[in-house]
Amino acid sequence: MELDSKLAILADAAKYDASCASSGAMRGNSLDGKGVGSTGGAGICHSYTPDGRCISLLKVLLTNLCIYDCHYCINRRSSNVRRAAFTAEEVVKLTLDFYKRNYIEGLFLSSGIIRNADYTMEQVIAVARTLREIHDFRGYIHLKTIPEASPELIETAARYADRISINLELPTQKSLDVLAPEKSIVRTRHAMGRIRNKLDEAHERRKGGDKKVRHATGQSTQVIVGADSSTDADFLAQSDDLYGNYKMRRVYYSAFSPIPEPSSILPIKAPPLIREHRLYQADWLMRFYGFKTTEILSPETPNLDLELDPKLAWALRNRQDFPVDIQTASREILLRVPGLGVRNVERILNIRRFTRIRLADLMRLRVSLPKVQPFLKTADHNPSAYLLDADSLRARFLPKPQQLELFAADEMR
Amino acid sequence: MKCVDPGENFASWRDAARCLLEENVPPREVLWEKAGGLFSAARVEPPSSPRLKVPAAFVGLAESVSCHREPSRWALLYQILWRVVRGGERHLLSIASDPDMAKARTLEKNVHREIHKMHAFVRFKLIDTDAANGRERYAAWFEPEHFIVEAGAPFFKKRFANMDWSIFTPKGCVHWNGTLLTLTPGIPSNPVENPDALEAAWRVYYRSIFNPARLKVKMMQTEMPKRYWKNLPEADLIEELIGNSKHRVTNMLAEEPRPVKPRPKNAYLDKLRELTAEESL
Repeated sequence: MELDSKLAILADAAKYDASCASSGAMRGNSLDGKGVGSTGGAGICHSYTPDGRCISLLKVLLTNLCIYDCHYCINRRSSNVRRAAFTAEEVVKLTLDFYKRNYIEGLFLSSGIIRNADYTMEQVIAVARTLREIHDFRGYIHLKTIPEASPELIETAARYADRISINLELPTQKSLDVLAPEKSIVRTRHAMGRIRNKLDEAHERRKGGDKKVRHATGQSTQVIVGADSSTDADFLAQSDDLYGNYKMRRVYYSAFSPIPEPSSILPIKAPPLIREHRLYQADWLMRFYGFKTTEILSPETPNLDLELDPKLAWALRNRQDFPVDIQTASREILLRVPGLGVRNVERILNIRRFTRIRLADLMRLRVSLPKVQPFLKTADHNPSAYLLDADSLRARFLPKPQQLELFAADEMR
Repeated sequence: MKCVDPGENFASWRDAARCLLEENVPPREVLWEKAGGLFSAARVEPPSSPRLKVPAAFVGLAESVSCHREPSRWALLYQILWRVVRGGERHLLSIASDPDMAKARTLEKNVHREIHKMHAFVRFKLIDTDAANGRERYAAWFEPEHFIVEAGAPFFKKRFANMDWSIFTPKGCVHWNGTLLTLTPGIPSNPVENPDALEAAWRVYYRSIFNPARLKVKMMQTEMPKRYWKNLPEADLIEELIGNSKHRVTNMLAEEPRPVKPRPKNAYLDKLRELTAEESL
């Protein structure tokens, strides 16, 4: 098979993995090496496809042959999709060729399961080893690992990679039993726990002054949204646990997307893209805004409001806490004001040491006045009690009906 | 009114501004104008007296803002400098909502963004390979909105230390030969027009990684505005990918579901099944 045909099949096979990060690696460059590559700082998105996703890494499968039968996946053994397999050398060459032309930050390598977990893991590792040891490649490498692979192999992968990951896919074993019968939550979590310990060890060694440690700096995972009946509260509770106990850098939410070769077990439908978006927003509220999952969702309302962003929805449910005074409210409180982001809160804390803040100041910080006005007191503005109490407050923030249609059309086109 | 030539960059503007400050010339009496303009602007000799104390944060801001193409940037920077040094507003740099600071921060942000986009969207083409030592030579054409070539260059030096490369732009060019980074004046048009052989594979990749079921054109354009497209070898696929996506999704939705194939005889799959059964006990 021609290399271009393999690339078409094995990139197509990899595109359902949402992970694209190329940030958070140890700082390094090629000045004292013989190859190419640098990492450190923020990642770079080298292109964007019309699905709005960035291209940061060459994201491919080593092969889309697979003995597993995960019904949401185009590569499952029951699918009749065209199969292909790269040789290690082919992936190595593509990575280097793309990298030298500044198309990519590095490689994201995953694979269908062939023979067994250890055999597959060894094939994936061989690519990374060649890149690092033969070509002195210092760009970014993300390796997908397999929970059933031996801990030694996963650790070897971590030594060549900047980021490793295992996809959790679905939040309950019940869902996995139906949709991904070869997968197990217990085994996945055990593997994630072991990875976390190794990441911590590497971190400690670095902190202890060992600058030569070559080891991944983080792990991430992905869950599929909309393939089973899990609620948003289920997803967020799980993410909370993953960030806290497994120190995930990122949990990716991937809306279950129509695929060619649909399974009879899992009928396809339009992807719940707005739901995916709201989950990301809620995820950010937990990680950067000090919100607890239980504040964002409750047993009575286990799903996010699709019409309003979760911070605004929370503020509308907690009107008694507003308005807050921009001059005196704490950082924690300001972070909870709809329309104020992390950066602007930091700016406001700085500015108010020297001057009294007015609405015009907020405008120059590019804060949306209609959004913050009901919730904030400034030197020249005090929202009327009427505004906060009125039931019309929610209506004020709802998207205009025709806009909603446009948005939906754009999303679904 | 005093006409002053800011020169080409931060260093020349700084020399001029330092002089004006020493002479206590307030911003409203300065017209920043290139020599040869309407008024006869003069290059100012750098002062010999000891340096004025200027906050480090201002220097960082001014270095970035200097790269902007906005002609009023020199006056804006002098206005801020004056307020900090002569006006006693020592905290001005912390007041992001001040009208002058808000303007300066916007310019700074534009410049940082353009540097980032240079790092993202420069596309190298292989020119040749040295037969003797195997060292490759690459070149790229890029059209930045601001004067960011010098600021953006160290990134490429660190990343591509072991290849020779040139980045040509209308606003300055930069070259690396393994030991030296050299800047040369800008050139008006692309000297590396022939496509690179790898562009075909890159286009295959771009086409295949796109998911037609999640079209979000606006999101793409926010991050990759159209003005960059003409120098991106993948960008002429965009229209076709958008045009075909609806058809592709309709076809997917109309596909007959595939039946589940029987589980193959495989000892490893049997083992997984046993493990999962034990775990659920």
